[in-house]
Amino acid sequence: MTRLSADEVQHVAELVKLKLTAAEIELFASQLSAILDYAAQIQEVDTSQVPPTATVLPLRSIMRDDVTEPRLSVDEALANAPNRQDSFFKVHAILDGSQ
Amino acid sequence: MIDLSTLTIHACHQLLQKREISAVELTRAYLDRIERLEPRVKAYLHLAPELALAQARQADARRAGGEDNPLLGVPLAIKDMLTIKGMPTTAASRILEGFMPPYEATVISRLRALGAVFLGKANTDEFAMGWSTENSGFFTTHNPWDLTRVPGGSSGGPAAAVAASEAVAALGTDTGGSVRQPASWTNLVGMRPSYGRVSRWGVVAFASSLDQVGPLTRDVRDNALLLTAIAGADPRDSTTMPLEIPDYQAALGQDIRGMRFGLPREYFTEGMHPGVRQTIIDAVATLSDLGAHIEEMSLPTTRYGMPVYYLVATAEASANLARYDGVRYGHSAGADTMWENYRQTRGQGFGPEVKRRIILGAYALSAGYYDAYYLQAQKVRTLIRQDFEQAFAQYDALITPVVPIPPYKIGAAPTDPVEMYLTDILTLPTALAGVPCISVPAGFIAEDGASLPVGLQIIGKPFAEATILQIAYAFEQATLYHRQTPPLAHD
Repeated sequence: MTRLSADEVQHVAELVKLKLTAAEIELFASQLSAILDYAAQIQEVDTSQVPPTATVLPLRSIMRDDVTEPRLSVDEALANAPNRQDSFFKVHAILDGSQ
Repeated sequence: MIDLSTLTIHACHQLLQKREISAVELTRAYLDRIERLEPRVKAYLHLAPELALAQARQADARRAGGEDNPLLGVPLAIKDMLTIKGMPTTAASRILEGFMPPYEATVISRLRALGAVFLGKANTDEFAMGWSTENSGFFTTHNPWDLTRVPGGSSGGPAAAVAASEAVAALGTDTGGSVRQPASWTNLVGMRPSYGRVSRWGVVAFASSLDQVGPLTRDVRDNALLLTAIAGADPRDSTTMPLEIPDYQAALGQDIRGMRFGLPREYFTEGMHPGVRQTIIDAVATLSDLGAHIEEMSLPTTRYGMPVYYLVATAEASANLARYDGVRYGHSAGADTMWENYRQTRGQGFGPEVKRRIILGAYALSAGYYDAYYLQAQKVRTLIRQDFEQAFAQYDALITPVVPIPPYKIGAAPTDPVEMYLTDILTLPTALAGVPCISVPAGFIAEDGASLPVGLQIIGKPFAEATILQIAYAFEQATLYHRQTPPLAHD
């Protein structure tokens, strides 16, 4: 029986930068425990000689000529930005002055 | 007044060619019907009447200038997972509310070049994560065959739009069954093409090794027409295969006599509705009468499809959805620091199912669990593919149900996610294997006074879309279930 604790859910939520309410954390801990329990059946399969599938296609790197094409203008690229300044996306400072 | 209830792309084409109707008149007729029926069906998240009429006027001008093709002037519904210039794209998520894409999907550009008309963006479960549209961040779509029931999902909006004759045909996306399952529940033809057949560029990403765009149509001929229009390699999507596109129309009407079909016994699961089982038994008899050889066989890894899918798809989703950061587009919480703004923006913008899947996917990828869950799932995925490869060494196609149960009442879904995820066990292994499949109308189940559609799934070898279209067409023409219309057809 896999048990996902509330602390583990909180830890993963922090990794993916997702703010959850206490009620969501409780709910997900119990639901994800049930899902992982069900998923654990794949561990009974002997895959010692089996390579993983990341894609079903035989394609490898696709090369193209290094030519420029028309691209979005700055205004088009910034049109959906919640905050912009001049020709930039505006974000919060990552470092404070002391660093 | 033109009867839209059974109108197909190819029937529109004839009317338009003979000048019995103009594209503008046709588009107006659909917009009028949408206005009448939408309060009950709720198929569309966004309607674009002005853009649609402008496209229709252009189509009429092009046709007057001597141009012609089957999609010129034909009104379509597009799932809100595909970007269209001039219309918002939300993926039915609050986190993308108001997003206006500055570009559009390759498949949309191709349809635009042919002169198709886009009526609007149709509802979906948020980021295509679901099977009913009940996970939409905005509202639930109703099934035209019984308005108290779900239409299926995640492409429930496009399916309901076509089933209610609020569009001639539609495009959906299928990551684990999201075209086939709603097609089955609304009496439509729905195809998931082979992975690599259709460009994903400009389509909102859910699980990149699984996502495919597919047509939802009123009959098999329309499905072949729409697939022809969207298929083919795209320089902007390096996962499209550089293969010739066969003449899909030419496959229709060809005999299926002597073809060999496998009937995988694992697809007749415990808990399957007896009406679904009987429908497939009847369909097998029909295919036998048409001269096909059908025998029971086994796909032993079938039961691992569900856990493998939910580990692989959620892992990919957790990475793909990292882009929603409140900086470049979409909802932003406006918190005081960068990290807190990420947390709050995502916490507010994503709905419960999306959050659940991001957490599950990130957990499966995290240190200590990667080997046991994600990597093991990818290895079992290889075994699932090998099952299909072995089957196709013997059979031309596989015949199965699409969903084990008929559409359920809105709000009546099981609350236990494991039980709920079992709804799409019959569409997940094929998605993992990347093989093409089609759902074709196969009959009805009578329940509580309603007639509930049931689909038949035909599974083909990679890139053998022509074969499954050929089989689907033979079945359709022998049964004609696709001609039946829902109770609101003439409202």
